[in-house]
Amino acid sequence: MCGLLPGVLHLLSSFKMSTALQFPASVSTLNNYNDLYPDWTQREVSTGTTIMAVEFDGGVVMGADSRTTTGAYIANRVTDKLTPIHERIFCCRSGSAADTQAIADAVTYQLGFHSIELDEAPLVQTAASLFRDMCYRYREELMAGIIVAGWDPRRGGQVHFSSCSQTRRRRSGSSERVCVCVCVQVYTVPVGGMMTRQPVSVGGSGSSYIYGYVDSNYRPAMSKEECLKFTAEALTLAMERDGSSGGVVRLAVISEQGVERQVILGNQLPKFSTV
Amino acid sequence: MDSHHSYSQVKGVSTGTTILAVKFNGGVIIGSDSRASMGESYVSSKTINKLIQVHDRIFCCIAGSLADAQAVTKMAKFQLSFHSIQMESPPLVKAAASIMRELCYNNKEELQAGFITAGWDRKKGPQIYVVSLGGMLLSQPFTIGGSGSTYIYGYVDAKFKPDMSLEEAIQFSTNALALAMGRDNVSGGVVHLVVITEAEVKHVVVPGNKLPKFHDE
Repeated sequence: MCGLLPGVLHLLSSFKMSTALQFPASVSTLNNYNDLYPDWTQREVSTGTTIMAVEFDGGVVMGADSRTTTGAYIANRVTDKLTPIHERIFCCRSGSAADTQAIADAVTYQLGFHSIELDEAPLVQTAASLFRDMCYRYREELMAGIIVAGWDPRRGGQVHFSSCSQTRRRRSGSSERVCVCVCVQVYTVPVGGMMTRQPVSVGGSGSSYIYGYVDSNYRPAMSKEECLKFTAEALTLAMERDGSSGGVVRLAVISEQGVERQVILGNQLPKFSTV
Repeated sequence: MDSHHSYSQVKGVSTGTTILAVKFNGGVIIGSDSRASMGESYVSSKTINKLIQVHDRIFCCIAGSLADAQAVTKMAKFQLSFHSIQMESPPLVKAAASIMRELCYNNKEELQAGFITAGWDRKKGPQIYVVSLGGMLLSQPFTIGGSGSTYIYGYVDAKFKPDMSLEEAIQFSTNALALAMGRDNVSGGVVHLVVITEAEVKHVVVPGNKLPKFHDE
């Protein structure tokens, strides 16, 4: 029995080494655009998109549009760009659809493995770091902008306060009050492979149009309903201006209780006076 | 994430900029930032005025190559004053916009400038016209332009209401320009606003330290 263990460990470690994937060079075909011919034959599939994530006290709201384009053709008008990476960690994908799907699959595998090794729920920061490592290492070949968000329990003498925090007694029964931050976090990993934590983050081609709206409307201590409304409105505004974003609005709320998903259909989207 | 950088190959000094015009109850407000840049990293002027008066109650604001814009507005000013003398009455805002459009359309190969023309005339009251790069002319209740405008499309779509009061319109314009200046590195400086009504033309300057602040500042 003992003799087998080192062998098994060696197998597991070599398994981990082989997670380095080969990425093909992305097709760049920005020339040759002509209105007379359909360009979906030459353009790669892109989630030109609008994605967003907002922290609130007790959870995080993630949202995305649902359009995937191949040039001017909408390859999928009901795409789900909110991809689960772990039970309470999701990512929003923007950029090349192939690249982001491959990265998300690789990170899901790595994170699942890590979580089994640790025998506890992984940290959102770990997931974000895995995305960042991959996006940075292969930054020449990849075109991916990702927002990672979720919930994780952090234990013992922590210092990481986010916009939500609760104080709890230590389970050991000690009489001191220890701050245990039950954290929700949003990390953004844009093209190029930087990672940074932000209370609210937007991404994708449609995000340019809503920077002003998000800057003026975000407030730090919003409730869940206010965050949902804020996200839905921001995504609607972006979808109205960006040709590569549209369809329905998909929302996900991640908190300690789990993940709630909802869809806002086209005719139920918020309306603004100029529209 | 698709790149949303506009690598403008604009010749020489450019007004990488944010400009806007909005109609309110009784007049129009036309506004801009005050930065002129060369390339994307050198600010050649912090206090340029991009709001050019082409007639008593008609203003233009420019985006794109400063040299082209100055040449076109100079020509337009001359033609408009001549036209006004011939007609023996103040020119229509549409006439001013049409002159700009003719110049932009007929010289579309050489020119690289877009304009917003706004003003007040007796026939139709307050109006706003946009002349884009290739020479299209369009009338709108409000409009934004320049490189910084990308970032405030969502904000203006959400916040614009037709028939605002003067105070609401000033607040709307100042907020929109401040938000754009906060995100666009080639827009900045102070906010210039010109309020045009039947009675008068008022120039309002909001310096940097008086600009509205948002949650992360």
